[in-house]
Amino acid sequence: MDLTFSIWPLVAVLVSLLAAVPIMLSNKQPNLREFWTLMAAVVKVAIVVSMLPGVLAGGGYVFTLAEVVPGVPIEFRVDAFGIFFALIASFLWLLTSIYSIGYMRALEEHAQTRYFASFAVAISATIGVAFSANLLTMYLFYEMLSLSTYPLVTHEQNAEAKSSGRKYLTYILGTSIGFALPAMLIVYTLTGTLDFTVGGILADKASASTLAVVLVLFLFGFAKAGLMPFHGWLPAAMVAPTPVSSFLHGVAVVKAGVFSILRIIFHIIGPDQLAQADIGWIVTTLASVTLLVASLIALTQDNLKRRLAYSTVGQLSYMVLGAGMLSAVGMTGGILHIGMHAFGKITLFFCAGAIYVAAGKKYISQMDGLGRQMPVTFAAFLLGALSIIGLPPLGGFISKWKLVLGAVDGGQLTLLVVLLVSSLLNAAYFLPIVYRAFFAEPPAEAASGIKEAPIFCLVPICLTAFGSLLLFFFHDTFLRLAQLALGIGG
Amino acid sequence: MNSNLHMYILAAPLLTSFFLDIFGRKKQGLIAPFVLGSLALSSALAFVVLGRVLETGPISYTVGAWLPPWGIELLVDPLSGLMLLLIAVVALIASFAALPWVRKELHDRVHLFFILYLILVAGLMGLVLTADAFNLYVLLEITSITTYGLIAMGRGRAPLSSFNYIIMGSIGASFYLLGVGYLYLLTGTLNMADIAQFLPALQGSFALGTALAFVLVGLWIKMAFFPLHGWLPMAYSQAPSGAGVMIAPLMTKVTVYLMLRLMFSFIAPGFSMYETDLQSMIVWAAAIGIISASALALGQRDLKKMLTYIIVAEVGYMVGGAWLINEPGITGTVLHIVNDALMTLCLFLAAAAIAYRTGSLKFENLTNLYQKMPLTMAAFTVGAFAMIGVPPTCGFFSKWYLLLGGIEAGQWGYVVALVFSSLVNAILFFRIIEYAYFGKGADDHGHAAIERNEAPLMILCPLLLVAVALIVVGLSSGPLVENLIKLAIPAGFLG
Repeated sequence: MDLTFSIWPLVAVLVSLLAAVPIMLSNKQPNLREFWTLMAAVVKVAIVVSMLPGVLAGGGYVFTLAEVVPGVPIEFRVDAFGIFFALIASFLWLLTSIYSIGYMRALEEHAQTRYFASFAVAISATIGVAFSANLLTMYLFYEMLSLSTYPLVTHEQNAEAKSSGRKYLTYILGTSIGFALPAMLIVYTLTGTLDFTVGGILADKASASTLAVVLVLFLFGFAKAGLMPFHGWLPAAMVAPTPVSSFLHGVAVVKAGVFSILRIIFHIIGPDQLAQADIGWIVTTLASVTLLVASLIALTQDNLKRRLAYSTVGQLSYMVLGAGMLSAVGMTGGILHIGMHAFGKITLFFCAGAIYVAAGKKYISQMDGLGRQMPVTFAAFLLGALSIIGLPPLGGFISKWKLVLGAVDGGQLTLLVVLLVSSLLNAAYFLPIVYRAFFAEPPAEAASGIKEAPIFCLVPICLTAFGSLLLFFFHDTFLRLAQLALGIGG
Repeated sequence: MNSNLHMYILAAPLLTSFFLDIFGRKKQGLIAPFVLGSLALSSALAFVVLGRVLETGPISYTVGAWLPPWGIELLVDPLSGLMLLLIAVVALIASFAALPWVRKELHDRVHLFFILYLILVAGLMGLVLTADAFNLYVLLEITSITTYGLIAMGRGRAPLSSFNYIIMGSIGASFYLLGVGYLYLLTGTLNMADIAQFLPALQGSFALGTALAFVLVGLWIKMAFFPLHGWLPMAYSQAPSGAGVMIAPLMTKVTVYLMLRLMFSFIAPGFSMYETDLQSMIVWAAAIGIISASALALGQRDLKKMLTYIIVAEVGYMVGGAWLINEPGITGTVLHIVNDALMTLCLFLAAAAIAYRTGSLKFENLTNLYQKMPLTMAAFTVGAFAMIGVPPTCGFFSKWYLLLGGIEAGQWGYVVALVFSSLVNAILFFRIIEYAYFGKGADDHGHAAIERNEAPLMILCPLLLVAVALIVVGLSSGPLVENLIKLAIPAGFLG
């Protein structure tokens, strides 16, 4: 990979961070404030996209900010894996920003300035995670993401929101300081570097047992990925306003966790070292258990957002599972699922928010017949659900198919069973919602006059749902990026 | 080139204090310019001297031209140069914030406060400069006595706390003096470098062990190393805000420096002391101290009280780090002296600002403070993040080195203690952040709007400056360690 020195990675990270300042200053003028948000979002997408051709051609961009520890600077590097995540995050942030405006204004939420400013900092941190050149830089932005999303979780400021905020921080900060930080220091002690390198940096540096310890510390240390038993924060975080749940807890935050774990497996420990030490099973076992248990819990949830949250916990483990398979096609599937799930899940959350805005309903049991009043929303919901279940012709099929191939390739039949059972469970917790909405009789006292959500909400929903569909046909770019990230063929 | 430049760093505050004694009462208007002017001069000179030391090597000064080992030697090497700069700058920044408080509370005793304040600053500078073990005792007493006076100027139970501190401080000083007495009996000299020459021959001597034990315990009492910390939370939380902003960041850190200095000169690597379990025991004691102090901090319901227990925990960080006796450990300790001084300064300035406006630092009274004092709370949050150790604030990087040292030395107890304390700090500070930012939804739902009422600029500006410095120092940790701290550590302790 030939690297070009460039300021653009830094700008891509900073643009929304800096936008937080005018956002806070335009406290009294909502329209100007939202202009800054949208402006930053557009600029961010543009910068990320502008760097894509270079990366696809096998290049990369690098920017060093400061040398803080010998051998480990705070450094940005745009590589295939990073830009893959950044593309998804920045594009979906743009849509979420539009959606947020509709949602927050329709509900006349309080403290909107704090909300939009925190959001801007959070997306900055997300792109920072994506573009980090080494583990220290990634840790820095990972923490920044945790801290900037805390005000969003606690947004309601009531007792429930505060206790969820506490739970959120306890899980996220507790694991990152308690597990990830020591693991990072152990790696640094062993190697003297923390640079992300294709194939890992721990080759011949650590015994199998040390590797296992480091691996487990990292798997649990990045609790944003929601591996059990450190998943409890995600359902709790659902008290946040729905755009937060959809973007941060459907895309940015949770994927930053998975992204971090995948970075560790691919570029710090290295798949080959994992295979040699024969500890890939730790990853796949943890992921399989989480995947099945989370899907089962999802079945029991009546609160739509909580059901989606448990579904997210399960789906995140697909990605980790793919990485743990250690076969080329399985790992590719794991990476691809980051993108496919992002589009599907954000659609579902957007729909949940739209239902709340338009009808004020949070519980699935109240949604009987609602689909007739909100056909567009529920049609989009169906598309999103089908993508996550993994049916063609939707994006989710592509990644799940790769995962299945990976399981077959590696001769890991148990994993194959896990994947199939889980897909059935996915169908079991999603499809009844759509069925009730369209075919169940609405309750007699149902309020008439429920209409679709405001246009600001509806347009992003349609775009992401349509995106899920498009990704089935046009996923070559993503596939190529995933292969570049793994340093294989293509 | 004036090689005695460093003497003026110390002389500026000392002479100004005499000046204030004579003219201060009549001409109150002169106090502020003279205090600030002298400390600004000290800071500027300290900066120049540090640059010069880094360029040309250590500068030695013999007081009254009596040559060492009989005369008193003052020595500026990279380590003491760094400490001089730190003391001068922190004292300068703190004095800005002290001024409004002193004017509000002490009325016609303003000059008395600043006389003690400046003598204390001069004493601290003397402590880091001196290369004479007995002179060190004298200066230790000077700093302690001025501190007693400053603390007793507070309201309420402050005099009682000060008295408590006097008892503990005197015991500490006596221990140190006894230790130095033993050393003098053994070696016949008081100059540190001179003592160090005789020590290899005395290895294994029981008397030497006793001497060093007395010296160490004496210093530990003075720095409030757990479980010898009892006096600190009381004294520092009762101290008047104006004095606390300077005493809290500097006193314990300078004492840690003294311990390092003694370790560097008396306990060269390879000294038999290392082969015993003593080193490991001290690190374990530090680990237990960190955990206990953090747990005690959890029990506090008053911001300042909580901060004092955090100081005690931080002392454990540094003592433990120093006694890891490996490169990252000592690097981390020196870096943490600087960082912790700045973090404590930031948090105490924020506490002073809040106390100035609200009068109380009880957690319940901090509710929705964000709306009243947004800038103060923003700076407080930065300080809090630094204490928790969130990158890129400076607190993260010293913790990084300390943890690295712990891992390298295999001292897992210490590593766990550091991580535990970071987590406790996160709980401590987010509890406050929750009160301040997410209090009861008295918000823009149309409830009683809370008026903006920021702290006076004299407190606010230094506070914001320090908050920014926490990030800037954090981002420049790399050069700071490479170009300064590495040079400050004797070669035997490196690599």
